[in-house]
Amino acid sequence: MGKEISVVLCGAAGQGVQTVESLLVKALARSGYHVFATKESMSRVRGGSNSTEIRIADRHIEAFVDRIDLLVPLNGGLRPNIWKRLDGKTVILGDREELKEEFEGHPNRFIEIPFLEIARKAGGEVTANSAAAGALCAIFGVEFELLDDLLKRRFGAKPEILGKNHSSATEGYNRGLALVGSGAFGFRLPRRDPGWKPVMIDGHTAVSLGALAGGCNFVTAYPMSPGSGVLAFMGQNASKFDIAVEQAEDEIAAVNMAIGAWAAGARAMATTSGGGFALMEEGISLAAVTETPLVIHLGQRPGPATGMATRTEQADLELALYAGHGEFPRIILSPGDAQEAFDLSRRAFDWADRYQVPVFVLTDEYLLDSVYEREKLPLEDGSFSHHFVETQPGYLRYRMTEDGISPRGVFGNGTGLVRIDSHEHDESGHIEEDFEMRERMQGKRMSKLDLLEREAIPPSVHGNPDGNTVVACWGSTGPIVKEALDRLDRDDAALVHFSQVYPLPPSTGRLLAGAKRLLVVEGNSTGQFARLLRTHTGRKADHLLLNFRGHQFSVEEIARGLEKALAGGEGR
Amino acid sequence: MSPRDFDVEHADVSWCPGCGNFQILSVLKEALAELGLSPREVVLVSGIGQAAKTPHFMQGHIIQGLHGRGLPVATGVKAANPGMTVLAIGGDGDMYGEGGNHLVHTIRRNPDITNLVHNNMVYGLTKGQASPTSPIGLKTPVQVDGVFAEPLNPLALALSQGASFVARAFSGDMPGTREIIKAAILHRGYSLVDIFQPCVSFNKVNTYKWFKENTYVLEDFPETRNDRGKAMELALAGPPFPLGILYREKGDRPTFEDHLAAYRETREPLWRRTPPLERIGSYIEGLR
Repeated sequence: MGKEISVVLCGAAGQGVQTVESLLVKALARSGYHVFATKESMSRVRGGSNSTEIRIADRHIEAFVDRIDLLVPLNGGLRPNIWKRLDGKTVILGDREELKEEFEGHPNRFIEIPFLEIARKAGGEVTANSAAAGALCAIFGVEFELLDDLLKRRFGAKPEILGKNHSSATEGYNRGLALVGSGAFGFRLPRRDPGWKPVMIDGHTAVSLGALAGGCNFVTAYPMSPGSGVLAFMGQNASKFDIAVEQAEDEIAAVNMAIGAWAAGARAMATTSGGGFALMEEGISLAAVTETPLVIHLGQRPGPATGMATRTEQADLELALYAGHGEFPRIILSPGDAQEAFDLSRRAFDWADRYQVPVFVLTDEYLLDSVYEREKLPLEDGSFSHHFVETQPGYLRYRMTEDGISPRGVFGNGTGLVRIDSHEHDESGHIEEDFEMRERMQGKRMSKLDLLEREAIPPSVHGNPDGNTVVACWGSTGPIVKEALDRLDRDDAALVHFSQVYPLPPSTGRLLAGAKRLLVVEGNSTGQFARLLRTHTGRKADHLLLNFRGHQFSVEEIARGLEKALAGGEGR
Repeated sequence: MSPRDFDVEHADVSWCPGCGNFQILSVLKEALAELGLSPREVVLVSGIGQAAKTPHFMQGHIIQGLHGRGLPVATGVKAANPGMTVLAIGGDGDMYGEGGNHLVHTIRRNPDITNLVHNNMVYGLTKGQASPTSPIGLKTPVQVDGVFAEPLNPLALALSQGASFVARAFSGDMPGTREIIKAAILHRGYSLVDIFQPCVSFNKVNTYKWFKENTYVLEDFPETRNDRGKAMELALAGPPFPLGILYREKGDRPTFEDHLAAYRETREPLWRRTPPLERIGSYIEGLR
């Protein structure tokens, strides 16, 4: 294991923990560290206690860990999920005025910086977060100019607010320097060469930019966490990218608007969470029968119903898999990190257009709210093509073809008429109740599934694929399982991570067949992906490592679980 | 253009003989032809119901979607290609019942689409149940003691939500209906045309005779009728019910499409666009 430090900041909603996070993440990254950040928050606008973990390391990392080396509580009322992560070595940096007796008598080392007093002197208690950012920058050897530059970018438009935050950050920085000088902290990490300036990107942004690179030019949604981060990004950047963005009256309107837009040649996306996706189901079925492309971003959170609005889970796989009445092919993508979120959101549009099927990008709150580091996010592959045709008189929207894909015309492009119908229809798009035609049309639509399977993205394999153990997972748990496996340092196991969960690539059966033991790790209570693997390959998982508490797995938790499972002998 | 240009040869029209839909279909073709529109400039969007079958019996681009969802589909079409003439066609159950929420918000949004609602005050496709506009007391196979709920007043609802064009027609008055539809299509913004129409199979109360006796044509046919308060009075009046344009907004309120960032620089339809990779690239660079 390399060198690393895990810093956790806690604060009430509205206290500016996220501001500190975004300032620190950039400042630390530009100072030559490898950085990963992830947050968890309560479903409230003010108060409570939210936390952000910032991992700083001498190598690329992108996973949540339980361990806390430095805890910075900006307010009292630490939640039990944080308390139980403290170990004897955790250093606490805080302000006794704010925390009162909370840490009195606690065995951990407590270092005081009077953030509130600093903030008051700087012009207001609301700037206490900037004092904390300043102190942390000093502790980790970040040049003040870097922080100063970031503060200017953030508050530049409001000189008075900038001034107060600048004063607060400056004093915090000085206090931090004094502590470092006194030897209070022993945090030392090697850094990259000067000039290291990685892209720091969260999941919301990665999904949004990937979609835009895929030609997305119409976004519609009804706000629902965590899917609404993408809506917010698109709304805020609509003018920058010349796109149409509309907040619909409900998810039913959102999905139907998206279908209308695709029919007229737009590349449209709806973004939502499980509850909203459930409302979209009839529309998904409409997209399917009319063979109108559709892309939906489904950011998962715990259900059923309202569940836990700001928390994470991977329990909507089967919802996406079976959504919509009737039978039809679909594609479900499940990115594991920001890079995959970008790439797959981009690809979703090409595939939706090419195959005229619904494509779901299945993320979760953890991925969307985490900040990933990429040396670069390549866009070189500038190839882009529309897959619709210019229509001619006599155009048949549902013409029978060898591969089941009828050339798709869009309203307004060409001299032919495009006739689209939600009923079963004939080749021209007219209502048709002929049984033979029904069989041919249903057969045509389903035949596209073979094409999709052939194109399906193979899972990534990490470790020894010829060992006797396969650990399978999908979506955002991938990097966490990877780090856990690396910690165990076993040469007889491999991680198989699926960034496409449906249809599964044909190689899946072969990959699993060689394993004496199959472990499946996923964020739900019943093992939905394990069930899918079994349906697809006949291979039953020998062990399930499940988590449905509402918070993502930690590296330690998965390492413990794998160790236990691996010690339990062979699966079959 | 001639109305014949909108004819579908050998169309297997599934409406009952005597249905008001035939008259509406006929005047709709006339209206489009008289406005000089060709079928390929027109997108006919509908949901599900007898009225929603109308696009199948005409030439034009069509998209028949789900029950109640014609308006969001039409909004999406218009927003993706503002150059098209977009009509959303449906019945009272489709537009006022299942699609009621979309109606309210489409009015607020004001896309430049024309909403034709064939209002026969009963369900046809599902065989005779009450609709949102059924009169109190109407007996049906489901509402055996007669309809209890207040009928929805679509015109008053539309006016209260700020609709920019609100009209009522009667299918039995074909020239009047044609002129109103033409005015609605010409109107820049959302236009609602509620079209009274008898259902010869399932509504034995609101018949041709009943509609004739319970409606009157508003005397003048003004270029502009721009008094929302007066329009509201007319919308709440009846029987007898006024036929004509109750409200047509003066001025040039921006439409939904006008306001979209996609059209600030160009009116090109979205299908002509390619992703702005350079701008995406520089955004990514900004994340360093």
